[in-house]
Amino acid sequence: MIADRHRHLLLWAAAALVMVALPLVFSSGASITMMSLMGFAIIFALSYNMLLGQTGMLSFGHAVYYGLGGFLTAHALNVIGSGKWPVPLPVLPLVGGLAGLSFAIIFGWVSTKRAGTAFAMISLGIGELVAACSLILRGFFGGEGGISTSRTSTLRLFGISFGPQIQVYYLIAAWCLLCMAAMYAFTRTPLGRMCNAVRENPERAEFIGYSTQMVRFIAFCASGFFAGVAGGLAAIHYEIVTSSIVGAVPSGYVLLMAYIGGVAFFIGPIIGAVLMTALQISLSDYTGAWSLYVGLMFVVVVMYAPWGLGGLLLMHQPLLAAGLLKRIGPAYARAAPPVVMLAAAVVLLVETAHHLLVKAVEGSAMRVFWVSYDAKSPLVWGLIVLLFGAGIWALRRVMPGVSDAYHAAAQEAQRLRSR
Amino acid sequence: MLELIIFSSLNGLLYGMLLFLLASGLTLIFSMMGVLNFAHASFYMLGAYFGFQISVYVGYWPGLVLAPLLVGVIGALVERYGLRRVHKHGHVAELLFTFGLAFIIEELVQMIWGRIPVDYRVPELLNFSAFTLFATTYPAFRMFMLLMSVAVFIGLLLLLTRTRVGLIIRAALAHPNMVGALGHNVPLVFMLVFGVGCGLAALAGVIAGPALVTQPAMAASLGPILFVVVVVGGLGSLQGAFVASLLIGMIQTFAVALNVSLADVLARFGFTVTRESMGGDLWMATVAQVAPIIPYLLLVLILIFRPKGLMGDRDT
Repeated sequence: MIADRHRHLLLWAAAALVMVALPLVFSSGASITMMSLMGFAIIFALSYNMLLGQTGMLSFGHAVYYGLGGFLTAHALNVIGSGKWPVPLPVLPLVGGLAGLSFAIIFGWVSTKRAGTAFAMISLGIGELVAACSLILRGFFGGEGGISTSRTSTLRLFGISFGPQIQVYYLIAAWCLLCMAAMYAFTRTPLGRMCNAVRENPERAEFIGYSTQMVRFIAFCASGFFAGVAGGLAAIHYEIVTSSIVGAVPSGYVLLMAYIGGVAFFIGPIIGAVLMTALQISLSDYTGAWSLYVGLMFVVVVMYAPWGLGGLLLMHQPLLAAGLLKRIGPAYARAAPPVVMLAAAVVLLVETAHHLLVKAVEGSAMRVFWVSYDAKSPLVWGLIVLLFGAGIWALRRVMPGVSDAYHAAAQEAQRLRSR
Repeated sequence: MLELIIFSSLNGLLYGMLLFLLASGLTLIFSMMGVLNFAHASFYMLGAYFGFQISVYVGYWPGLVLAPLLVGVIGALVERYGLRRVHKHGHVAELLFTFGLAFIIEELVQMIWGRIPVDYRVPELLNFSAFTLFATTYPAFRMFMLLMSVAVFIGLLLLLTRTRVGLIIRAALAHPNMVGALGHNVPLVFMLVFGVGCGLAALAGVIAGPALVTQPAMAASLGPILFVVVVVGGLGSLQGAFVASLLIGMIQTFAVALNVSLADVLARFGFTVTRESMGGDLWMATVAQVAPIIPYLLLVLILIFRPKGLMGDRDT
């Protein structure tokens, strides 16, 4: 038991070390910016998962708390900057968090009265409500220009100005680590366990004397707090907050992040946030259709891997522990070619179509993955059809084998463990 | 004033009927399968774009028939090969699936037809003004829209109340398991209803496309309003959806026409508030500006205080 505890501490220490070391390895300005984005995306996605993954509440309006946290942080920064209040920058995300918490208390009180689809629709309604309000209350939301602010005009501690991006990165990383630890700790508390109970079986949770509404409400408030912190960090990072931040787009985006990463595991949304941020930034350099890929990935995950990418990874942990990972190697190797073929077919199709439709003025010559070709050539379209057909056919043939191999290995691992 | 009332009523009626074309399919799907179809408005958008594309080649009228058929088939295929697969993971998975689908459809539409509105024209045959009242003309195409939606409404009503298929659908609305136990192929009924619902949405798209703006954002802006209609109307109630559609349509059009703010009302009683006073923006916001909020306020209030909706038979 004690050894187990130490392993957890070790894991957190390793995470902290990685966060400190990352800018030393990837020291370019672009990568530091990207890692900063990942930092608050992780907090945002984890806070979302407190609702969807842990308490079973599907929200379509989570960006409300993120965005309002961001707006209040920006306003606080402006007030502090103009009044020369002695408040250092590192505590300001707390303002965002408290803002998120306050609004979560107000909106959560009405929306957590219901669960399931009704909750999802109330969250959607509140999201639309706030988004519409952001266009009316121009004083607070800053109209179309948004609220701009400056993070450097706060009280300096130890001569840190927070001008350079690297200092902001470390601020975000510190908050990220803190929030991750806090949210993980939340899952281990009795309340966190009650959240899971409410997700799994609300009737029984009610029956043993817990108010499911109260559990949902508390989870909602905690989630709103962390979303607000993430929003505050976003405001500090961008130094501008516009009304689009409370809209339906970021609300949907955080859902995609958390779900693609996997909502059933604590680590899932972290994977999702890192992956999606990286994809958004790097993929958008290569292709104009990157959000189409994200959408396709989401639907594939919903249809075939409801536990997300994190779930797929963690599925193999028992095998790894038992040293049986190599046993499923051959089966996975057999499945790899059809998967690669299908992926290639999708990429070719999307890229070629995208080129023909969106970049029509540039002519039909194009390149994908270091290969130049003519987008109108029938050869290419034939290849796409061939790859699709052959990929699906082959995948259907090998998939049962892969599944069998995995289950055999998992059973073996369980047998070894119980012995 | 009378002019405003008459034209707002006409437009509200029109908007409400259009909403009903969309909401009827959505409420049938939601009540029968428990699936809140996020992509429903996307099928409406697909309908408008398909109609536009067909109108480029062969004119408006073939599109009026072909586009809904095409979208209906796509909808049926989506149900058969997508939704049915995720059904075993529960309603949340289904909701997420349609959410992803809406996302993909919007991206595809942006890719194929571009981000800016397309030039979907009113057909020549109807490009005149139907009547002139108080020096304001009313386009004939709008009358056509109204007639079409009323015709579809009556057709749907007859289909559901007078035919055997309608009987099974209504039975499946109330007791899907019992209908299955009686030997009817419920999955097939689901697929057909999903397909027809999507087709109706597409028809609304073809009708509304030339009059409103055909652009990639049209689905995202209409989708949430549809949920409001379905929830306000109540689960399992087509009549409720009809009343709610008209209600929302009227509220929206009348609110947009009213250019009154709280500050104006207060001014009448001798109080002056300006943008600079406490909560300035709140006082200055006109009813027209607040109009987009009203449906969502209604949604939240209904879900909390009357989950059955206006005429529903069970909680949402």
